[in-house]
Amino acid sequence: MIDARGRSCPEPVIMVKKALASKENEYTMLVDNPTSVENVTRFAEHNGYSVVSAAEGEDFKLTITKK
Amino acid sequence: MDLKKEKTMIIIAGLIIGAIGSLLVLAGNPANMGFCIACFLRDISGGLGLHRAAAVQYIRPEIIGLVLGAFIIAVAKKEFLPRGGSSPMTRFILGFFVMIGCLMFLGCPFRMVLRLAGGDWNAILGLVGFVIGILIGIYFLNRGYSLKRTYTLPKLEGAMLPIVMVVLLVLLVAAPAFIFFSEAGAGPGALHAAIAVSLAAGIIVGILAQRTRLCMVGGVRDAVLFKEFKLLAGFVAIIVAALVVNVAIGKFTGGFAGQPVAHTDGLWNCLGMVLVGFGCVLLGGCPLRQLILAGEGNADSAITILGLIVGAAFCHNFGLASSGAGPTANGQIAVIIGLIVVLVIALMNSRKQNA
Repeated sequence: MIDARGRSCPEPVIMVKKALASKENEYTMLVDNPTSVENVTRFAEHNGYSVVSAAEGEDFKLTITKK
Repeated sequence: MDLKKEKTMIIIAGLIIGAIGSLLVLAGNPANMGFCIACFLRDISGGLGLHRAAAVQYIRPEIIGLVLGAFIIAVAKKEFLPRGGSSPMTRFILGFFVMIGCLMFLGCPFRMVLRLAGGDWNAILGLVGFVIGILIGIYFLNRGYSLKRTYTLPKLEGAMLPIVMVVLLVLLVAAPAFIFFSEAGAGPGALHAAIAVSLAAGIIVGILAQRTRLCMVGGVRDAVLFKEFKLLAGFVAIIVAALVVNVAIGKFTGGFAGQPVAHTDGLWNCLGMVLVGFGCVLLGGCPLRQLILAGEGNADSAITILGLIVGAAFCHNFGLASSGAGPTANGQIAVIIGLIVVLVIALMNSRKQNA
């Protein structure tokens, strides 16, 4: 679980970039604002992953899966 | 989410914003200064009497509109999220020195592109410095730079800066004697579009920037760091639209010398913007983006705005701001101090465990 809640732009994307370097098939990530959802989704999709986001209380849970 | 649509949206928004930037000059704003977040915050600082530079005192409705536009659309889209607590004092100091860099160059990143689009080639040196500053910032981001996380705060905390903006609007319209307004002919502060025009322009740009997450520093940063070109597309669209409109309305004059509210000292134009680019990467966004985030309820960005305003007051109280004649010795010293302070902030907040 990558916890990027409260991290301001562009930290969540840096966190996911570093995580994706381990080339696993699935990651889960928590972010707490719509901009981070968009930024992480954009980056992951451009790097061969698909992203599903689900609201979880005040946060968003992103499931990042290898395409 | 449709990535293609996102990019189309920001290009359209950038074109509209660039066109508005040029048209505001036609409506009465200073040349190549349809929009300038640094200059306008400096004018507000003067309007409130925090500095007494008679040439640059006015409560700029564009700033009020940007924050309120972002606030309104954020509330409507359920994106008003009061947050804060991510090293507020550090952000204040970063905002303070970003303003010193801006007023060395004479413009924020937004005005830098409007100056380029007006044919002010001094802004090319500014752009070079800006990119260098961003690259230095990226080095620290990769080393794990972080100002730590924010926390959810009460709604009222998030609404504080928007409320302050409403108060500023009241002060502007009521124009009580204790508010300073540059007198006609005194300088840039006296040049402005009608209040309603400026306010509407600010609100439109505020809404567009909130929806698209437009950020002048984010464009270069994301392109280098992530090979993501969305924000850069918006940055380029602003230049293109402003250039086309400037040519159409006869406001394009290419050259270095004699450019409006600009000086020709290339080295200091460059160094000023190194400070701005570096500082803004550490802040997570350009001054425009800070206003939008503050409208969305981000208290850290609100604090950054206060840092910018206080920085502007220092600039004029201590002779740090450049003028058409060039930079001042005090300003040069302040920019060097700023670079050192920002570097120390970057070093102290870059630890492996942050990564």
